[in-house]
Amino acid sequence: MKSNNENNIQGKSALSISLKGIKKTYNKGTVTAVKNISFSVNKGELFGLIGPDGAGKTTLFRILTTLLLADEGTATVNGFDVVKDYKAIRNCVGYMPGKFSLYQDLTIEENLNFFATVFGTTIKQNYDLIKDIYVQIEPFKDRRAGKLSGGMKQKLALCCALIHKPDVLFLDEPTTGVDAVSRKEFWEMLKRLKEQGITILVSTPYMDEANLCDRIALIQRGEILSIDTPAKIIESFPQQLYAIHSSKTFKLLQDTRSFSGTDSCFAFGDALHATFKNGTEKDVIGYLQSKGNEDVQMKIITPTIEDCFINLLKN
Amino acid sequence: MQSVITTDKLTKRFGDFIACNELSFEVGKGEIFGFLGANGAGKTTAMRMLCGLLKPSSGKASIAGFDVYTQTEKIKKSIGYMSQKFSLYDDLTVAENIRFYGGIYGMNTKEIKAKTIELLDELQLQNEAKTLVSDLPLGWKQKLSFSVSIVHNPEIVFLDEPTGGVDPVTRRQFWDLIYHAADKGVTIFVTTHYMDEAEYCNRVSIMVDGVIAALDSPANLKKQFNSDSMEEVFYQLARKATRSDN
Repeated sequence: MKSNNENNIQGKSALSISLKGIKKTYNKGTVTAVKNISFSVNKGELFGLIGPDGAGKTTLFRILTTLLLADEGTATVNGFDVVKDYKAIRNCVGYMPGKFSLYQDLTIEENLNFFATVFGTTIKQNYDLIKDIYVQIEPFKDRRAGKLSGGMKQKLALCCALIHKPDVLFLDEPTTGVDAVSRKEFWEMLKRLKEQGITILVSTPYMDEANLCDRIALIQRGEILSIDTPAKIIESFPQQLYAIHSSKTFKLLQDTRSFSGTDSCFAFGDALHATFKNGTEKDVIGYLQSKGNEDVQMKIITPTIEDCFINLLKN
Repeated sequence: MQSVITTDKLTKRFGDFIACNELSFEVGKGEIFGFLGANGAGKTTAMRMLCGLLKPSSGKASIAGFDVYTQTEKIKKSIGYMSQKFSLYDDLTVAENIRFYGGIYGMNTKEIKAKTIELLDELQLQNEAKTLVSDLPLGWKQKLSFSVSIVHNPEIVFLDEPTGGVDPVTRRQFWDLIYHAADKGVTIFVTTHYMDEAEYCNRVSIMVDGVIAALDSPANLKKQFNSDSMEEVFYQLARKATRSDN
C-alpha cells in the first residue's frame, strides 16, 4: 500500500524539485545563508544554480538532500517532503557534495561496491548507467580513493552518486578547480545522463557553464536574482551592450570608465563590455581617441550570462 | 626588456615520471605572465621550483637574479606568493595579518605602520582594520591576501589560481589590483582556469604533459591556432594531453 501511495504522489507532479519560501540562517540567526527561495525543477530537466561562493548554493543542496533543516518554508523532491519523507528522498536521490566525501582508504571498486550495497543494489545491476564514466577509472580500480587525482575523484564520486539509479541527481560544484578541457567533458557526461531521464540540479561558479543548462537560477548572497532559460535571461538584458577593443586593454578600461556617459564597463577577455547612459558611439570613440587610445573599435554585441549577472548585481 | 625569470631546460623528475621537461622561457619585469595548463600538466611543480621550494633535477633557472639551486633563501625574499588556499590567519584581524607578514619579511615597526595605512586605503578597508579575517567576505580576503603577498615590495609575485569562487565583479576588481601592481613594476606570474583571464595577460604559456606547448601573447596565440578565443586555443592544445592529474 505504502509504495502505491508514494507512486501516486510522484505520478501527480511534473515537478521533480520544488522549494517555497526557504530560509536558512546559521549562528543563532546572525548569518543568513538563504532567504525566501522559491523555484521548481521539472522532471528530466538540467537545472543550474549559478553563483559565487557564499551565495547559498550548498545550503540549498543540503536542505534538498535532507541533511539540513530549513528555518522557514517547504520543499519537496520527487513529490516527497524534505522533512516528513526524508527517508524516501534519500533512496531516490544521488548527491555529489562539493567536498570529496568518499572513503579515502577504500579503493575505487570498494567505494562503488559500498554505495551500491548501502542502497540495496549491485554494480552489475546499474552498470549501464555508469559505464561511460567508470571505464575511464576502471584501470585504477584497486587504487585507494585518497590516492586519486582530482579528476579521477570527481568521476568516482559521480559513479557513487549514480550507482543506485537515482531519479534526481544533486551535483554541488562538480567542476570547481577543474581545467577547461575536463570541465567540457564533465558537461558532456551530464548531457548523456539527462538523456536517460535523470533530473539534475547542478551548481557552478563558472558563468560560461550556464549555457549548457535547460534553465538556470542566478544566485547571490542568499537571493535569486533571476530564473529562466539562458536564452531568455540574455534577452532580458535591459541595455544596449557594446564591445570595445584597442591595443592596450587596461588603459582603455580606465579611460572608458572616466567617460561621463559610461554606465558600466568591465574587461571581458581582450575586449571591454560597456553600457552607456548617454553619448553616441561617435562620442565614445572620439573621447577614447582624445585620451590617446589607438585603433579603437566599438560594436554592439549580444550579452553573455556573465554580463547579465554583473548587471543584476548592480541593482 | 629586463628579464626577472629565466629558465633553461628546467626539468624535474620524480622517479621515472618527468613532471616538468626542459622548460625554457623568460619573463620580463612588470610583465603579467599567464601560466596555463590542464590539471596534472606540471604547473605546480614548475612554480615550486621557481619559488625555491623544490630543487630541480636538471637545467637552470634564475629568479630575480638568484639561482634556484644555491640561492633559494634570497629568492624567497624577492618574491611574493598567493594561492587559492589563503595564507591569511583567520583569527587575526586585518591589521594584525599585515603586521604579521610585514614582520616575517623583516620590515621594521615604522615601515609596517606606514604600509598598513597605505594598504587599507588602497583596498578601502579602513573601517575593517580591526575585523577578524574570518568575518570578511571571500572577495575581500582575496584582495587582502594579494596585498599581503606583496607587502615587502617583491620583484615577482606568484598567484596560484587567485580568483576562484568569487562573483564576476569581484573577480574583475581583483584584476584591477593586478594591473596596478604590474604598472608599478611588479612582475606577475599567474595561473588560472578562467580562460578570459588568460586574455588579460601580456603573454601566456600553456603546459601540456610537462612541456610548454605554446608561449606567446594571447593575440598571437589566437592567430597561430586560428581561434576566436583563448578557450579554443587551450582546448586545442590540452585535449591532446595524456596525463590527467598529479
